[in-house]
Amino acid sequence: MTDKIPVTVLTGYLGAGKTTLLNRILSEPHGKKYAIIVNEFGEIGIDNDLVVGADEEVFEMNNGCICCTVRGDLVRILDGLMRRKGKFDAIIVETTGLADPAPVAQTFFIDENVGRRTKLDAVVTVADAKWLSERLKDAPEAKNQIAFADVILLNKTDLVSKDELSEVEARIRGINPYAKLHKTERARIPLNEVLDRNAFDLDRILDLEPAFLEGEGDDHDHAHGHDHHHDHDHPHHHGGLKHYHDEEMQSISLKSDKPLDPDKFFPWVQDLVQKEGPNILRCKGILSFKNDDQRFVFQGVHMILDGDHQRPWNKNEKRDSRIVFIGRNLPGKKIAEGFESCVA
Amino acid sequence: MNDTRSNSVSVVERTRVVAAGGPIVGAHFLDRTAVFVLGEDALLFVEPDGELRRMNVHGGAILATASDGERIVSGGDDGKLVTTDLGSSRVLASDEKHRWIDHVATGPDGAVAWSAGKTAFAQGKELRSWDAPSTVGGLAFLAKGYRLAIAHYNGATLWYPNAPDATPEKLEWKGSHLGVSANPDGRFLITTMQEPMLHGWRLADRQHMRMSGYSARVMSLGWSVNGRWLVTSGSTQIILWPFQTKDGPMGKQPRLLAPAETRVGVVACHPRQEIIAAGYGDGMALIVRIEDGAEILVKKPGDAPVTALAWSADGTLLAWGAEDGAAGIVDLA
Repeated sequence: MTDKIPVTVLTGYLGAGKTTLLNRILSEPHGKKYAIIVNEFGEIGIDNDLVVGADEEVFEMNNGCICCTVRGDLVRILDGLMRRKGKFDAIIVETTGLADPAPVAQTFFIDENVGRRTKLDAVVTVADAKWLSERLKDAPEAKNQIAFADVILLNKTDLVSKDELSEVEARIRGINPYAKLHKTERARIPLNEVLDRNAFDLDRILDLEPAFLEGEGDDHDHAHGHDHHHDHDHPHHHGGLKHYHDEEMQSISLKSDKPLDPDKFFPWVQDLVQKEGPNILRCKGILSFKNDDQRFVFQGVHMILDGDHQRPWNKNEKRDSRIVFIGRNLPGKKIAEGFESCVA
Repeated sequence: MNDTRSNSVSVVERTRVVAAGGPIVGAHFLDRTAVFVLGEDALLFVEPDGELRRMNVHGGAILATASDGERIVSGGDDGKLVTTDLGSSRVLASDEKHRWIDHVATGPDGAVAWSAGKTAFAQGKELRSWDAPSTVGGLAFLAKGYRLAIAHYNGATLWYPNAPDATPEKLEWKGSHLGVSANPDGRFLITTMQEPMLHGWRLADRQHMRMSGYSARVMSLGWSVNGRWLVTSGSTQIILWPFQTKDGPMGKQPRLLAPAETRVGVVACHPRQEIIAAGYGDGMALIVRIEDGAEILVKKPGDAPVTALAWSADGTLLAWGAEDGAAGIVDLA
């Protein structure tokens, strides 16, 4: 288990600063070796021994589900790289600005040969503080990359005013309130904030609070259990931070303090991701089941779900169930009612 | 299940054990010399007298090998295609863009095929190339004629390298096709898919064959002597599809042999008899007779998965290799 090679996926729109971050990762004196998978071989200057060119071939799986895709080139490249196991400590996959992160992530869950020897560590998205707001309007890929991210670097903050910065930050939070967001100049960031995140590790699902609540000293209890789908696009103010609701991409957070019935919950969530899979980008949950002293955690990418018992509930821990969905045009009311019906 | 096998017939004591010094990804025989393919850089020759000889043939990962019994052709992440016989090795081709050469095949009259990215190359009397619609998933020469089968996304293509004006024949089936094999008389073409299933075409009429039910992607397959059975990995049993009739396996159930606790990762068919060697995820290797399923233990379970198996041309020697670099040659004569 533990000797699986971690893979970090680096996304971001053209010119946001992915290559700058990549070169920063490679040049810092950490003593680690990385294998780098880039999209256009040789076009950009990366100073590293192991650089592999990828074709970004997205292949549909033959199971009738259009959202069930893998990166065919990654299946091949990771298999080849693992023949040189021991020559590097981690792998970084840099995608093009137009790439959808989902097929990359799904490759690790669908292809057993890949999943046996490597593990997805995190999706890191680099965003350009000056241009992201524009891209969110005209480039669906940019929105996908924000929605999908575990870590977001809001880069080039030196090129925008304070107001512009809080504007773009609020836009990001309107789409994905759960990612760790860092404001950077020239992608300058401690590497432990982007590497070894274990974002897809079930053991590391600790809580599902929106990240800005922890990060920015805002300790008021946000009203959970409602969906963020409104027909307006104007900022709200909570504790000084602007809030936007993206018209298309939202997050839904649901909570229940009553134990759930696993015989109701699993059929419901399976059915939900079967039907809404193409629109659900990410989901995560911490669940308390009836007559079960173990915390159950799960996560998913589109219609692929991965879940397990994590650990016993602590004595002083509140046993409630919480699930989070990030997706496009999600039927919030239907999901909330469905979740409610899973109460034991 | 392994407990019962500890009582079964065993040839474990007939094994010459070898430490290869690195993960083994393939095995071949050149005459009576076993050749283990290491994950990186080298081939390891084990001579009949037990002498070990390591030959560095690539500068990096060895991604694919094929052998016609006379030589071993290998492709590497160094962008080189190398041919190696008992005496020496030489570079047959270098990819000008330094791309990985990750599929190779040997064909009739010394022909060689390989691929880098979307481009398939064939070197017979002349060097030819053909660009597939997507990255090449696998290559195999058909036994008759100078024809190359190329697996790719959404199907496979039959290409005649010596007839550049002839349109390659497309065989379509949705999905990602990762490996390809033609049966010995060239009537059927089989691909392994990204999904845990095989697809097949009866070439005479393009009739489709779907072979599913696996628990994992099929990474290894072979044809039993005379092509009567298609023998495959990908399940906790050896799965054999019947190809004795002109309909192939259509409408028939596969045979399941040698069930175990872990999956079969690699299979190799005996060149003269209806006997299979199978390597499992728990490190076990067995020889199994197709007729009655009788088993002989070759390697006890434990340690790393078995990743390579090869028979000598006369079928008296069996070589096995494992992910942790353990290897053995069993003398069955």
